[in-house]
Amino acid sequence: MKPPDFDYVAPTSVDGAIKALGSDSEAKVLAGGQSLIPLLAFRLAGPSLLVDLARVDGLDHITDQGDRLVIGAMTRQRRVERDPLVANRCPLLAESLRHVGHPQIRSQGTIGGSVAHADPAAELPGVVLALGGRVHVTGPAGDRTIESEELFQGFLSTSIADGEILTAVEVPASGPRTGWSVVEVARRPGDYALCGALCQLQLDDAGAVMGVHLGLIGVGDRPMRAHAVEAAVLAGANPADAAELAPDGLSPSSDVHASSDYRLHLATVTSRRALTQALERAA
Amino acid sequence: MTTHPITVEVNGVAYERSVSPRLLLSDFLRHELHLTGTHVGCEHGVCGACTVQFNGEGVRSCLLFAVQADGSTIKTVEGLANGDSLHPLQEAFSAAHALQCGFCTPGFLMAIDSMLDQLSTMSEAEIREALSGNICRCTGYQGIVEAVQATVASLQQEGR
Ligand SMILES: Cc1cc2nc3c(=O)[nH]c(=O)nc-3n(C[C@H](O)[C@H](O)[C@H](O)COP(=O)(O)OP(=O)(O)OC[C@H]3O[C@@H](n4cnc5c(N)ncnc54)[C@H](O)[C@@H]3O)c2cc1C
Ligand code: FES
Ligand code: FES
Repeated sequence: MKPPDFDYVAPTSVDGAIKALGSDSEAKVLAGGQSLIPLLAFRLAGPSLLVDLARVDGLDHITDQGDRLVIGAMTRQRRVERDPLVANRCPLLAESLRHVGHPQIRSQGTIGGSVAHADPAAELPGVVLALGGRVHVTGPAGDRTIESEELFQGFLSTSIADGEILTAVEVPASGPRTGWSVVEVARRPGDYALCGALCQLQLDDAGAVMGVHLGLIGVGDRPMRAHAVEAAVLAGANPADAAELAPDGLSPSSDVHASSDYRLHLATVTSRRALTQALERAA
Repeated sequence: MTTHPITVEVNGVAYERSVSPRLLLSDFLRHELHLTGTHVGCEHGVCGACTVQFNGEGVRSCLLFAVQADGSTIKTVEGLANGDSLHPLQEAFSAAHALQCGFCTPGFLMAIDSMLDQLSTMSEAEIREALSGNICRCTGYQGIVEAVQATVASLQQEGR
């Protein structure tokens, strides 16, 4: 299946990219192309202009800002996965990347592209939401920051406006005695998860849980945060009891891959396993 | 739509061409450069048959436009052997019966070759997972996994 016809520009600055996007109401950003090109092949998207960000200066970086890690939108997933700083300061992000497609997808796929695409079963949007991260965007009206709770608006949709470009993704860096875990159920390695749990938690000096983040993917029209489970863990519940609350507020749809009930069951199972492993790693 | 001039180096040879933006790298290699070793199975990123090395990394050439490749270095399966002498990985594929129809083989070879360092420290289960981006409908994968193991063992023996 061949993509439809379109024009192409590869600007070298963010300003140039914003101008190019503004020049055509049917323009679209091209990052790693690992989601967009299949959409073009299926003719599910038909932009008249693709604005390739690969040559834009300043979008490929991993920056340590003390209590935060800032990652440029065009940083390839494979680079982030192998980066020692990320492994050290945000191990949940590093581990989740190993579940994103295959090495050959991650060598082209970008951090910003995955977050902007906002697939409800994708790992990176789940990590950004679970950790309470945010994204930086630039548009004709200037720069702004979008908190993760406001970012994901529904199936493949975000609050990034037409004409705006996501420039960086920001996640809190983890502190001492942090444990993390990514548990997924998928039909084959590298497939989008039927359901996945992304967990990071931190223990205090006495070994009690002082902070817990649990994101669930594949169980709604967007990544979800399991607030009820988090509250139960903070109140002292063990992983098995807390995970029973994972289906709270979820109503996943049924499809050829799994029924809604099965996905709700998986939400409990993956949450329990992720909490258990994160606790072991933090101890 | 307007075409764009690009310069790419493929298997050590520099090419200058003018391409239309919608031309996939897989079609560019096959139809413009006549390097038909790169196979096209699904043309939407799920089978891995079209895998080539792009600036040293394994990528799907059906998920990249030729115009994006301007200035890059590409290696295809045609660049693997040294003249008439096959690459050790190709020898191992032959010895382990790691192919039947051979449609998936170029993609496997280019994916594996780009990951040989990492594969050398992996268990069988990890090798299978690392190769999960490539689909083979014939072999059942057993021979492919054996060929990988034989290749990393022989490269280790040679002290590489
Ligand atoms: C076989 C296969 C398996 C996969 N499996 C998984 C998986 O298990 N988990 C997973 O999470 N993903 C998976 N993916 C998707 C992959 O992670 C993509 O790389 C990712 O979803 C999109 O990133 P990209 O850089 O390729 O973006 P593109 O495909 O270039 O863009 C995606 C969308 O985001 C927009 N966009 C991109 N960058 C920006 C930006 N900076 N600002 C504004 N808009 C932007 C584009 O306009 C487009 O609409 C898979 C893909 C394939 C082909
Ligand atoms: S042809 Fe490219 S992945 Fe199938
Ligand atoms: S040998 Fe036939 S598909 Fe792999």
